[in-house]
Amino acid sequence: MSALIIAGAVMLVLGLLLAAMLAAANKKLYVYEDPRIDEVEAQLPAANCGACGFAGCRAFAEAVIRGEATPGQCTASSAEIVESIAEYLGVDAGVGEKHVARLACAGGDDVAKRFAHYEGRYSCRAASLVAGGGKHCTFGCIGYGDCVEVCPFDALHLNEHLIPVVDEDKCTACGNCVTECPKNLFSIQPISNKLWVACATRLRGRDAKQACAVACIGCGLCAKAAPEAVSMDGNLPVVDYDKNEFAVRDAIEVCPSGAICWLEDGERIIGEKAQKALDKWFNPPPKKEKPAPEVAETSEVSG
Amino acid sequence: MRTYTNSFPHGVHPPDCKYTADQAIEDLPLPSEVSILLSQHIGAPAKAIVKRRDEVMRGEPVAEAVGFVSVPMHSPIAGTVTKVDYVLNPQGLMSQAVQIKLDPDADQEEIYGTPRDVASLSQDELISAVQATGTVGLGGAAFPTHVKMKPPADKPVNTIIVNGCECEPYLTTDFRVMVEDAEKIITGIQLVMDAMKAKEAIIAIENNKPEALDIMEKAIPEGAPISVRSLVTKYPQGAEKMLTRAVLHRDVPSGGLPSDIGVGCFNVATLLQLGQLLPQGRGLIERVITVSGGGVERPGNYRIPLGTSIRYIMEQVGIRPEARKIISGGPMMGMSLSSQDIPLTKGMSGLLVLTEEEMRDGCGTVYPCIKCARCVDACPIFLNPSLLGLLARKGRYEEMAEEHHLNDCFECGCCTYVCPSNIPLVQYFRIAKAMNREKEAAK
Repeated sequence: MSALIIAGAVMLVLGLLLAAMLAAANKKLYVYEDPRIDEVEAQLPAANCGACGFAGCRAFAEAVIRGEATPGQCTASSAEIVESIAEYLGVDAGVGEKHVARLACAGGDDVAKRFAHYEGRYSCRAASLVAGGGKHCTFGCIGYGDCVEVCPFDALHLNEHLIPVVDEDKCTACGNCVTECPKNLFSIQPISNKLWVACATRLRGRDAKQACAVACIGCGLCAKAAPEAVSMDGNLPVVDYDKNEFAVRDAIEVCPSGAICWLEDGERIIGEKAQKALDKWFNPPPKKEKPAPEVAETSEVSG
Repeated sequence: MRTYTNSFPHGVHPPDCKYTADQAIEDLPLPSEVSILLSQHIGAPAKAIVKRRDEVMRGEPVAEAVGFVSVPMHSPIAGTVTKVDYVLNPQGLMSQAVQIKLDPDADQEEIYGTPRDVASLSQDELISAVQATGTVGLGGAAFPTHVKMKPPADKPVNTIIVNGCECEPYLTTDFRVMVEDAEKIITGIQLVMDAMKAKEAIIAIENNKPEALDIMEKAIPEGAPISVRSLVTKYPQGAEKMLTRAVLHRDVPSGGLPSDIGVGCFNVATLLQLGQLLPQGRGLIERVITVSGGGVERPGNYRIPLGTSIRYIMEQVGIRPEARKIISGGPMMGMSLSSQDIPLTKGMSGLLVLTEEEMRDGCGTVYPCIKCARCVDACPIFLNPSLLGLLARKGRYEEMAEEHHLNDCFECGCCTYVCPSNIPLVQYFRIAKAMNREKEAAK
């Protein structure tokens, strides 16, 4: 009986001793953490997308509280959330212009030819390593949707012609698609940049036209129509967005293929001339006495 | 000699399919047009030194090397430069090429270059002469030969291994050049030995080519420190690290090169070209390739000008309607070509036109890994392809490189070959390496 009492007493004393140590350690080793970090983090979208440039939402919340970032830098949050965080912390929201991801290619399967059939792992990255993906224009979008896979906001979808379309309302400019695309076709752009070169080909003239109906043929007409904003880099036009006010719609009206386009609310608008050419391309007028078309030989590509 | 030790551990033994071994090397008629890609080798792309409408002689340089790890390009035909523009390359990307149209009136027999006495050249002169020939590793890697001939000063090369293994199924070019041009190969070996101050050379040939073993043995001059070694046939014996292990029973350290243990490996076709080109001061303008597979009318070994389009080669050898796929290189390490408009490059050792029957996994159904470890038993560098494959599927590419030696993988394809679940392991590893390279470049 006494053994039980002794054991119980020892345990009790030990317990009290350890509890006292823990209590002391709690006071001694306490790390103060700003309670606002948790509050701010709770309001953030918790997507950890990294678009703000910090390692996840908590790191961003800490940076905002330290004053190293503004709430507006979180492009994934809606305007209300940003406003509410700014109000809670009593800082300026620092909302910049909305940015979205844009694809420098419009060559879906309807307009851009594939000359080889790819077999193997169904991913752009894998296909691009085997033989460029099998599309005639090897600079363009392969269309297997690697970007759709990595989009955390459901803002990217392949359309019926296997071209990813950005949902500008949902896009938060996190940049995941930019890093994922093996052809480096995505870039993050302010939404006010309306004049857009939707082509990345380095082919010229006839070669480009053969590969894709909406390819830039490098004629330079757009650069002549909007000389302040558009210049030619090799065979591709480059829009200088510092002079965005000069980026006028005239440039798309002169384009014979629709490679340079106007983006309005996520819609791709091409000039009338280009539209006519494209209609003609889809419904070619019947030709007289045309020899039997040569069957293009295709070879297989597999991984 | 205990021949059974002359090999390396692991590896596989695919059916050798060397149908064209008895076909003597044949010259194809000159094509009417060639496209000389400026980047056919590992290293900086060459820079074009000709422009549109320039007349070029056969063998005249059309592009110069940029820096040390680069080689010049030479025109394989006499004609006129039509343009310097983008052309589809074997990787399926557009890259710069010089396009030359054959001039029917020009003299196609005369080849640019002045003969010289190679014996009088110093070591450095010899190495820059090798660079001027534009020679790269013709076995398939296309690594500039002169760079290999100049190992770091603190790692002298004593032994040269001459790679006549040709372990890839179907390919017979190295075998044919050994049988037909043994003397010139020996000249090439002696030149390289002089340039590298090597003490001995060993010609390594797999024992499924007894004829080549015999002929090379006889071609060696009296008293020369060159010997022939018969190796047990196995794939991938032709990879430098495997070859070093098979011939010298020594391992190249992880991440290292054969020069780290005083060894230099050269392919027989490369040495043949050096033996031919150096004394005459010419450039590399043609190579021997095997055209084989069930989809070809006239399979054989052909000597073809570089830059000839695959379409022209296929027209010449005849392509059967059942052909389904064209592969550049051997079936194990080769790459499928996406178009017939791709020009022949220095690194292509063969063109295989395969039919449905010959393609093992046409359906491409991938089953889950069953952990049978056949890939582990096949990997010649003792990696764990199964584990690497699982990590690749999860996108843990950096972990693969840092902890599981991904960068030692040279993509021989043994793991994919033995996998009963059809898992495209090598493709996963290529993706992983590409992603890591991209990340590295972004830093």
